[in-house]
Formats: sequence, C-alpha cells, structure tokens
Amino acid sequence: MHRGKGMKFVGDSRVPGMEHRKPNIPKDYSEYPGKTEAFWPNFLLKEWMIGAVFLIGYLLLTIAHPSPLEGQADPTDTAYIPLPDWYFLFLYQLLKYEFASGPFNIVGAIIIPGLAFGALALAPFLDRGPERRPSKRPLPTGFMLLAIASIIFLTWESVANHDWEAAEAQGQITEEVEIDTTDPGYEIYAGSACISCHGDNLEGAVGPTLVGTGLTPEEIAEIAVNGIEEGGAMIMPPSWDGTEEDLQVMAEFISGLEAE
Amino acid sequence: MLNKLYDWVDERLDITPIWRDIADHEVPEHVNPAHHFSAFVYCFGGLTFFITVIQILSGMFLTMYYVPDIENAWQSVYYLQNEVAFGEIVRGMHHWGASLVVVMIFLHTLRVFFTGSYKKPRELNWVVGVLLFGVILGLSFTGYLLPWDMKALFATKVGIEIAASVPLVGGMIKTLLAGDATILGAQTLTRFFAIHVFFLPAALLGLLAAHFIMIRRQGISGPL
Repeated sequence: MHRGKGMKFVGDSRVPGMEHRKPNIPKDYSEYPGKTEAFWPNFLLKEWMIGAVFLIGYLLLTIAHPSPLEGQADPTDTAYIPLPDWYFLFLYQLLKYEFASGPFNIVGAIIIPGLAFGALALAPFLDRGPERRPSKRPLPTGFMLLAIASIIFLTWESVANHDWEAAEAQGQITEEVEIDTTDPGYEIYAGSACISCHGDNLEGAVGPTLVGTGLTPEEIAEIAVNGIEEGGAMIMPPSWDGTEEDLQVMAEFISGLEAE
Repeated sequence: MLNKLYDWVDERLDITPIWRDIADHEVPEHVNPAHHFSAFVYCFGGLTFFITVIQILSGMFLTMYYVPDIENAWQSVYYLQNEVAFGEIVRGMHHWGASLVVVMIFLHTLRVFFTGSYKKPRELNWVVGVLLFGVILGLSFTGYLLPWDMKALFATKVGIEIAASVPLVGGMIKTLLAGDATILGAQTLTRFFAIHVFFLPAALLGLLAAHFIMIRRQGISGPL
C-alpha cells in the first residue's frame, strides 16, 4: 500500500523506511570551480584554528586588563562627568557641537544618527545597480568612507577633550572601614581640628580620606604639625595644637587604618 | 558504540538529512583564507557569532551571582570581581567581549558593504543584519548600566535623555525604559536587566536564525 508520495513508512511513523534514506556520505565537490572545499569537516577545522588563535588573544586581553568597576552609583553626586562606553563616544561628541546641541539638540541626537542608520539599513534599495566593485559605485563608497572618517574623527576629538585623570579620580571606589570610635586615638582625633576637614569616620570631606594613607606614624605626625605645602600654597594648614603624647597616639591610630 | 547509538536513533528518526543539509555546503575559493590570505575579511561574520556565543555563555554564568537590585547589584559585581573563583575572568570576558563584538560586527558590515554583497538577491539578509547591529548596540547600552557603578548610572542618564528628545514619543520611550517619567532608579535597573537578559537576546536569536537560514539558502556572494 502506498501512502503519501509513494514512500514506504515504518509502522505508524511518518519516517520513511531505510531503503529510501539519504546516504550518509559527503557531497562530491570536484565539479565545483577553483579550489572549492567542503564546509564539513575540511573548512570547519580551519575555522576552529582561527577561532582558537582569536580566543587566546581575547583571554590575554581579559587577564592583562581586568574589567573596570567604579564606586557604587550615587545619584546625588551632581559633579560627576558622565562618559559612555568608547563605541558610543562619537555620538556623545556630536552633541557637543553648536549646530547639534541646545536648541538644535534634535539634529545631533535624532536627525543625523537617524539618517545614517536609516541609510545603512536601506543601502540595497538606495544602491540598486548591478555593480559590486567599490570603485564602480563611487557614491555609496564615498558616503561610507565619509561616515567612517567622521566616526574616527569624532571619537578622537572626544578622547582628546576628556579629562581622563579627573574621570579616574571621580569614579574611585571609596573604602569604607569600621572605625573603632572607642579607640583612644579616635577620641583624640575627634577632639582636634582634624575632624572638621577629614570627617567623622575619617572618610574625607574638605580634606581627603585618612583611611589607607600608607604613611608611617612619624609622617602623619609631621603633616599634622606642619601641614602640607604644594606650589607655594598651604593645601593643608598646620593644625595640631595638642600634646606630643596625644599626637603620637593619634598618628599611630591613623597609620593603622587599612582599607579592607 | 557511538555509531550504533547513531544508527539506532537514525533508524527511528532519520536524522541524517537534518545535519547533512547544514554540514554539506561548499566553501568557494575566494572566501577561504587558506588559499587567499586577503580572504580573512570573510572571517569577521563568523568571529562575531563566536563572540556572541561567548557572551551568552559568560552572561549565563554572571547571572549565577548578579542581583538586579540597587542595594545589591554593585555589591554582587564587586564580590564577583574580587571573591568568586575565576569571576574576574568570566566578567572580563563579558566586558571585553561586549567591545569586541561591536568591533567585529562593524568590520563584518564594512566587508559586506565594500564587496557589494547586499545587492539583489541579498537585500533582506542585509536588512536583518542591520537590525542585528541595532540589537547588539541595544545590548551594549543596557548592559552598561547593570554593574550599577558611577559611570553606569550617569552614562545611562545621558542615554535616556537622548531617547527622551525624540519628537512626540520621546517621553513614552523614557518611561518605558526607565520605569518612571522622572526617576532613574530601582525600576530602571530591573527593566534594563529584563531587556538585557530576556527581550534583546530573544530578538537576537530570532534574527540570527533568519540571518543564517538566508545565507544557507542563497550561499555566499560570488567573487568580485
């Protein structure tokens, strides 16, 4: 009995019987032009080699440059200068030009990127001729080269104009440590002028944090007494007016504060 | 042993044509770097896919530790980065992979563009490819917020402000992405997490399937 398109079925399954099966042997590629080869397994093995070399480079990059993590997000920090990831920098830079910002923000934010992306998506319908060589279709080639040049230029401008040192400083993870407020060193600290600039938990306020300074007690005592002078200005005034003994205790306390 | 197992399954399900249709296709000389070194430009698409697979795998491992909540997101990433065994490597691969996949998809787009491979009959595959580019950029943008550190928050603020400047629907897009018309906070993080982990990957896989079915159906474009 023949059901379907003259195929023999096994029992009640639609799967055809063994005699109608496709043979499990590769196609013959000898008729194909040039040095055509089979994808499976010949070419796939070569692709895996390229993939393996690529993966090694990728892992080396990962190990050499651990991925960055800045301090936890704090929406109240209004001084933070934002920066997108590097591949969006050109769009970000575009918004800084006069013709694309303020009242013309829509030009830089929507119109220019929208036109570029739209033209890219519709490329096959805008460039309909049969020619494929870039030199034979000057307009598409020219526009694409212009777009690439603009992206490179804008990214360059953005990188050159960004204050990378300030960016690194503003993103740093501020170490929080449990301060032992019963420590005699802390009590002296709290009773001195130091606390008004360096904060209740030594976390820093007007002055920097005193946690994990990496300074010896002698250096800390020296700074407390004499202040810090930099470029002719006192960036930290001489602040200590207590006894030598108290200074010693406090300096040892501060020096012993390690970031976790 | 394996052969017998294969035959047992094949006898019942006739699986040979399923994989032979994918495996048996020709690789022409002009795209094979083994014959012409300059043909390495034809590797960019495959490498994009390779990194995409790495992104999916490393992302799956990251979600074993990551908590999409403003109290714990940063803490969990910090823990992952500093305490978890090989956490730094897995997060590193996901972080650098995000950059690499953008580079590779850009190079792949340029290769297809400059070889004129988007022309008839391959217009549809080009359009799907550009959509894939958009999805990848969307994944990059939403993924950037998830560590919930300073640069993540403020870069997302800028990005959402740009989206809000779209005429007519800008405000709606902003509310859709941020979960609120004014606040960028807990809702935004969970929405970006959902978009990054469920919505966009689903779109990505669907478009990738269409991309590959079309390339297998048409074959690679001929030499210039």
